[in-house]
Amino acid sequence: MNSIQQQRQHWMSVLARAPSDLLYRLSDEAIKEIGFEIIRAPEIGLTQVRARMGNQGDRFNLGDMTLTRCVVRSEMDTLGYSYIAGRNQQHALRAAQLDALLQTPCMGEALQERVIKPIEAALEQARSAKQQETDETRVDFFTLVRGED
Amino acid sequence: MYVAVKGGEKAIQAAHELLARRRRGNPEQPEVAVAQIQDQLSLAVDRVMTEGSVYDPELAALAIKQSAGDLVEAIFLLRAYRTTLNRFYSSEPIDTDGMAIERRISATYKDLPGGQVLGPTFDYTHRLLDFTLLAEGNAEAELSEHATAERMEEVVARVSSLLEQEQLMVREEDSGAEPADITRDPPTYPADRSARLQALVRGDEGFLLALGYSTQRGYGRNHPFAGEIRIGEVGVSIIPEELGFEVDIGSIRVSECEMVNGFKRQADGDVKFTRGYGLGFGQCERKVMAMALVDRALQASEHDEEITSPAQQEEFVLSHCDNVEAAGFVSHLKLPHYVDFQSELELLRRIRAAESTPTEEEPS
Repeated sequence: MNSIQQQRQHWMSVLARAPSDLLYRLSDEAIKEIGFEIIRAPEIGLTQVRARMGNQGDRFNLGDMTLTRCVVRSEMDTLGYSYIAGRNQQHALRAAQLDALLQTPCMGEALQERVIKPIEAALEQARSAKQQETDETRVDFFTLVRGED
Repeated sequence: MYVAVKGGEKAIQAAHELLARRRRGNPEQPEVAVAQIQDQLSLAVDRVMTEGSVYDPELAALAIKQSAGDLVEAIFLLRAYRTTLNRFYSSEPIDTDGMAIERRISATYKDLPGGQVLGPTFDYTHRLLDFTLLAEGNAEAELSEHATAERMEEVVARVSSLLEQEQLMVREEDSGAEPADITRDPPTYPADRSARLQALVRGDEGFLLALGYSTQRGYGRNHPFAGEIRIGEVGVSIIPEELGFEVDIGSIRVSECEMVNGFKRQADGDVKFTRGYGLGFGQCERKVMAMALVDRALQASEHDEEITSPAQQEEFVLSHCDNVEAAGFVSHLKLPHYVDFQSELELLRRIRAAESTPTEEEPS
């Protein structure tokens, strides 16, 4: 696996998890001057979710989840793909457009700073707030035999 | 046998309108929004997603609103919607080791690595009606601000792995087998465990709960301990062919139960604990516990146990656990059976007429 692919996997993940409103707000400006050709319009479908027995044994099918996918081509001739949990077509379109632009040398860097990093920070903040709520319910069961030995 | 009848269109139309009015209820009360159901009746949403077999909280909430809170009807609606969508991908297996844990408890070890985290649970509540909710008061207490110093490790070791390390529990091995998919190929018997688990996830919670309970009461006893229960978010990723690399599509919330069950002598001669597994969408702890109990009971033949009880009979369990199928077949009794019934009626009359005790004549 090369590092360019890793970077792309990273931003695709951030774009998939981004709160939609934040994604639009941060990227409206960046994409408005750019032309895109729709290769595959946002399309809603399912992904079969798989799990493992005991999380390590054979796989089994847990059920489906909704997924929206989209492919666009930017005027810089890069192809952008998106695969987003849920049914938000606008989100999928925007994520595909950004995936296309993030691959261009001229815009990639700036979009990392202006879109990807702020979304990451927001996701981290939400995660950390949730983690803290959870941590407050951590138990210490007192028992008669307790200690280092 | 039932027959088609014509007519009644106007009555049907009127019945649908009446249903819509009843669902809406008193127009002076504000209408409940799908987003409110999704947020405030989230456990109902989770059940509908699990048994409806589609993870999409908004759709499940819509189904609950449309069905006026009849969850089995809502599950039916979600299943029906599911059939209108194409399945694009199958995900890579989710990894519950990497779960962002909201709840994690064990009944087998009190001090276990990663600790016990209660999360949002009804356990330890007094089950007294809270009348402050009725008064629409703000019953919810603000979470106290003192943050605990200790933070949970990213990956929390599993109880089962502790037992496996000591060779005390049967290991789950990955044979690489392609999982069965009962949505494409109905199960055949004996069924693969992957087919059984898929059916149990979709299976009715009440039915599985009763079967799980029956094993505890002696009908297929398998001596369970709740080794570990986890609730939290896990990432889901796919490998789209056009890209050829793994892509994260977001997270889903799941509940997981690993049951540690009575030990058995294994083929290799060692005595080891056996295990049952439960997994479902959202927060569905009771369901995954029941599922794990039934999963273990259904392994009876793998463990050379005599099959004596309903929970151990896979054809019985798998062919009756789906509440959409069950509700459908029970409901079909409401369809016109007029001709069928007439022939029964005729037969009964002939039998009675043939019996030579004409004390009372059937009214015609």
